[in-house]
Amino acid sequence: MSMASSDTGGAADKVKLKPSLTARLKGVWSSDIVWSFRHSPVTIVAAFVFLTLMLAALLAPWIAPHTPFDPASLNLMDGFTPPMAEGMGSGSVYWLGTDDQGRDVFSTILYGMRLSLFIGIAAVAFAAVLGVALGLIAGYAGGWVDAVIMRLADIQLTFPSIMVALLIFGIARGLTPPELRDQMAVWVLILSIGLSEWVQFARTVRGSAMVEVNKDYVQAARLIGRKPHHILRKHILPNVLGPVSVIATIYLALAIITEATLSFLGVGAPPTSPSLGTLISIGQDYLFSGEWWILLFPSLTLLALALSVNLLGDWLRDALNPKLQ
Amino acid sequence: MIAYIIRRVFQGALVLAVVGFIAFAMFRFMGNPIENMLGQEATRLDRAELTERLGLNDPVPVQYVKFLASAVQGDFGVSYRNGVPVAEMIVQRLPATLELAFVSAVLAVVFGIALGVFTAIRRDGVLANVVMSVSLIGVSLPTFLIGVLLIWVFAVELGWLPSFGRGETATLFGWQSGLVTASGLKSMILPAVTLGLYQMTLVMRLVRSEMLEVLRTDYIRFARARGLSDRAVHFGHALKNTLVPVITIIGMQVGQIAAFAIVTETVFQWPGVGLLFINSIQFVDIPVMAAYLLLVGVLFVTINLIVDLLYAVVDPRLRVT
Repeated sequence: MSMASSDTGGAADKVKLKPSLTARLKGVWSSDIVWSFRHSPVTIVAAFVFLTLMLAALLAPWIAPHTPFDPASLNLMDGFTPPMAEGMGSGSVYWLGTDDQGRDVFSTILYGMRLSLFIGIAAVAFAAVLGVALGLIAGYAGGWVDAVIMRLADIQLTFPSIMVALLIFGIARGLTPPELRDQMAVWVLILSIGLSEWVQFARTVRGSAMVEVNKDYVQAARLIGRKPHHILRKHILPNVLGPVSVIATIYLALAIITEATLSFLGVGAPPTSPSLGTLISIGQDYLFSGEWWILLFPSLTLLALALSVNLLGDWLRDALNPKLQ
Repeated sequence: MIAYIIRRVFQGALVLAVVGFIAFAMFRFMGNPIENMLGQEATRLDRAELTERLGLNDPVPVQYVKFLASAVQGDFGVSYRNGVPVAEMIVQRLPATLELAFVSAVLAVVFGIALGVFTAIRRDGVLANVVMSVSLIGVSLPTFLIGVLLIWVFAVELGWLPSFGRGETATLFGWQSGLVTASGLKSMILPAVTLGLYQMTLVMRLVRSEMLEVLRTDYIRFARARGLSDRAVHFGHALKNTLVPVITIIGMQVGQIAAFAIVTETVFQWPGVGLLFINSIQFVDIPVMAAYLLLVGVLFVTINLIVDLLYAVVDPRLRVT
């Protein structure tokens, strides 16, 4: 597989000499990364699933048949309606059934997924920005700055990231006034998951930055009097972003699972604006009384989401770095 | 070798110093200890007196040293929530967590190595492939979901196993053990499988890939050429050489087990320190959080140190440098 892809890579180089639009498209089509995508059915399915879920989450307010968090639109008589059955109160059909308060499970999943994805993406973005910045500074400055940042990373690595996230969540919760805790929960989640995941970004970027710093183009930029922040942003940053995209994708799956875990444990998203984890923990309460759909459908959604992101991350890692296969 | 050990010990001490400082900062600066202990009706005089008595007027470095000194003696203050000494709460709940972690680690290692060897030897077998595919799902499922699904199948649908708690415990040398009663053992199965499943798949995949690597080497071929039985080749020669990375992984995973014990204990309402920690976060019970942090810090630093020393024992190359 790697031999074939290097052949097509050579073809892409030749195409670059005459950059007409069709030729450029052809170049993209036969580039290594697209080639490996086209030849991996699993990845195509994963991408399809992820895009569908993403789209459903984005369009939740428009495609959700009910507004699950508007008490006025709920009909308590519809509570515990099984999937595909008519509600006792309103007579409307719920595809995936309803929960104890008569909230449509399908709609709560759409909104829950929206929240899960938002928190996951925001947390990874936060972790990436923080980690890349600290990694660049450590790799460029060296000396005691590097030592302090990397020791900090080492200390944090002693602890599993979910424990760090839990702890930061606990501390941040202690610092927020009690009446604001539910409102701030989403932001506190983003902060704590983000802070628990920056280390890998920093380590990777520091490593690449240390290599780049000694290359001629960086020395040249220094020589003509570029400021360090300019060199870091314009010259070194673009050259270390490849691995960052891989880590970001893999960590997105981790962040979604961490968020679901925290919410499931009751220390994440509040029940008034539930994420997938909150929905699963609500569902567990009704397992013994036989209302399985309240648990099953949010669980399947979480699984599809985490698995598809994970598979995309694996593909990206292999495509960008054939040596790792 | 000595320089290596000293460096490791120094690093561990640094981690503990930082963790201790965070715990102290939480204890001292988050919330107001005076308000929490006296309540609304206290007079200003009461407050001043308690502030003096708790040493809150001392310089911060002095307070830090005092905090560490009392922590070392096992005094972590009093829970804000129910007024019980934190140390007492932890000691009471520690056996449950340790037993759970121990059983799941044993499950992970025993089944992980066995399945790893099996899937490596029967590389193309149908059963081996099934095991590998199932393990992929096991890795992708979040721990809490595994727990909930196991409860659904084995407690709700089949009704074979209890879904929460420790069952009956018996006192064994002053240790509240659930491992000696029938209901205790039954209650242990689902939580231990939930907690150990991820580590089991990890060990299995590691042993499998290491075995496949080793089985290709020359000394295995010579061993076969010498006419040794399959059994002697697989277990005496091959498996032995896959165990170094397994020790590493197990050492690194002890921390993960401790972390995910929090999740498992919540799913199964297992009365251990993890559940205590989650409750302390929900109720912002800072002394309990701080004590848990210190406990976990000491635990992880010790484990890392032991693993590093084990390397030196297992891998002679490290002893030279």
